[in-house]
Amino acid sequence: MALYSEKVMDHFMNPRNVGSIENADGIGEVGNAKCGDIMKIYLKIQNDIITDVKFETFGCGSAIASSSMATEMIKGKPLSEVLTLSNKAVVEALDGLPAHKLHCSVLAEEAIKSAVLDYYKKNNIPYDAAIFPDCENCGHCITCE
Amino acid sequence: MKIYADNAATTKMSKTAVNAMIPYFDEVYGNPSSLHTSGQKAAEALYNARESISIILNCHPREITFTSGGSEADNQAIVSAAKIGERKGKKHIISTAFEHHAVLHTLQKLENQGFEVELLDVGEFGLVTAEQIKNAIREDTCLVTVMYANNEIGSVQPIAEIGAVCHEKGVLFHTDAVQAAGHLAIDVQAQNIDMLSLSAHKFHGPKGIGVLYARKGIVLSNIIEGGAQERGKRAGTENIPAIMGMAAALEEANEHINENTAKLIKLRDRLIEGFSEISHSILNGDREKRLPSNVHFCFEGIEGESLLLLLDAKGICASSGSACTSGSLDPSHVLLSIGRVHEIAHGSLRLSLDENTTENEVEYIIQSVREVVEYLRKMSPLWHDKISGRKNFILK
Repeated sequence: MALYSEKVMDHFMNPRNVGSIENADGIGEVGNAKCGDIMKIYLKIQNDIITDVKFETFGCGSAIASSSMATEMIKGKPLSEVLTLSNKAVVEALDGLPAHKLHCSVLAEEAIKSAVLDYYKKNNIPYDAAIFPDCENCGHCITCE
Repeated sequence: MKIYADNAATTKMSKTAVNAMIPYFDEVYGNPSSLHTSGQKAAEALYNARESISIILNCHPREITFTSGGSEADNQAIVSAAKIGERKGKKHIISTAFEHHAVLHTLQKLENQGFEVELLDVGEFGLVTAEQIKNAIREDTCLVTVMYANNEIGSVQPIAEIGAVCHEKGVLFHTDAVQAAGHLAIDVQAQNIDMLSLSAHKFHGPKGIGVLYARKGIVLSNIIEGGAQERGKRAGTENIPAIMGMAAALEEANEHINENTAKLIKLRDRLIEGFSEISHSILNGDREKRLPSNVHFCFEGIEGESLLLLLDAKGICASSGSACTSGSLDPSHVLLSIGRVHEIAHGSLRLSLDENTTENEVEYIIQSVREVVEYLRKMSPLWHDKISGRKNFILK
């Protein structure tokens, strides 16, 4: 059996929405170089709708595929819906990830949420802190420190 | 183009080795322990294979024990030396930080049983010196085990000098020669080697078969108990076809060792030259004292697994010490041992050639690696941070 599903390989080999957005309305970056993966998401938002999204990823095949798939899943969607995107949904859309690669999908979810949070903060929009990842204290990266 | 450049992982079997095996599946298939003619034919073949290998290593046939491969040979060599030492109250073992896991994990087990294991630093270029060994040897040292050539970064250790120091001090010396056998000349007498492990599938022989050489007088401890095969030191009916394939492959490799080395060094050096032109990259392992087939680089700002997958899509089979390819969170212990930080170790690439690699293939590899590294850097936020000066480059 191949390491990755066809969907993962498709999104890895032909990633959607790669790049950056100048004057993005929200930018989120999660992960660190020591752990071997960093995801950065750029959002363009109009009337609470994601009108454009781009990503840059340093990481393995599943990290790039998860970023690509996650950006596809939020494009054109209202923020209320975007904030409910779970890493599980990304994994399902990719037809699964190997167990030791699941954290890549978590990074994708968190990168998007942190980009939305950036948008809220920049525009002084009130938000519920509980639904956003607390990257400062989350401990995900401690495992490879 | 399809290019197999992962010969340090395993090799394609040579036609000579395949042909040497075939008669022993369904023609000479007797058990060498049986008295009848069929069994005795197999016993004779076994004797010939043992003799042929012993001539190449410059030892006595009785000093050769057939094992299931390099890992078993490493395990048995180390456990045996430890038992011998323990009986004399010597429980200190010297090795290096970048040994294969077959060695390191066996040493860990001994550590749990009360042995003291000292892993020597291998420096920036992945080399230990005889001087380091000499300084580390104590009254209670029972074993020095140092690999002949490193399986990841290809650095070749001064085996004869290390052996000389060990003999001077009366300490047993084992070397894991899995990456060296069939590729570098081995002479256990001249190189003062007491025990040596090798594995057939690294030199175009079959998988699942290897050798433990142990100098006469070294009492081996069994890993596998049972019948009296291999002078009672390794039970189980001998894998005659594999043993015949291994002997044929080693003979063939040994015969061509000089011409293969000359050819490989040219190809290797061209790859090193080509990759060195990629900015913010570094060669791992010593530039001169390295396996003729090994090229190992780190590229800053990218991750090794995605590099491998994209090279695979271009038809190139390679390997990486990145954590993401191993299933663990840590990158290769070998890269960490030569001082590469995690971030840099993640972006590693190993190419291991064989004598069938062509100059055209080497040029294609260089071109492909350049393209893929550039492509991945373009989508790497880490790379962008470095290019824009927000983060510092680690490599020149």
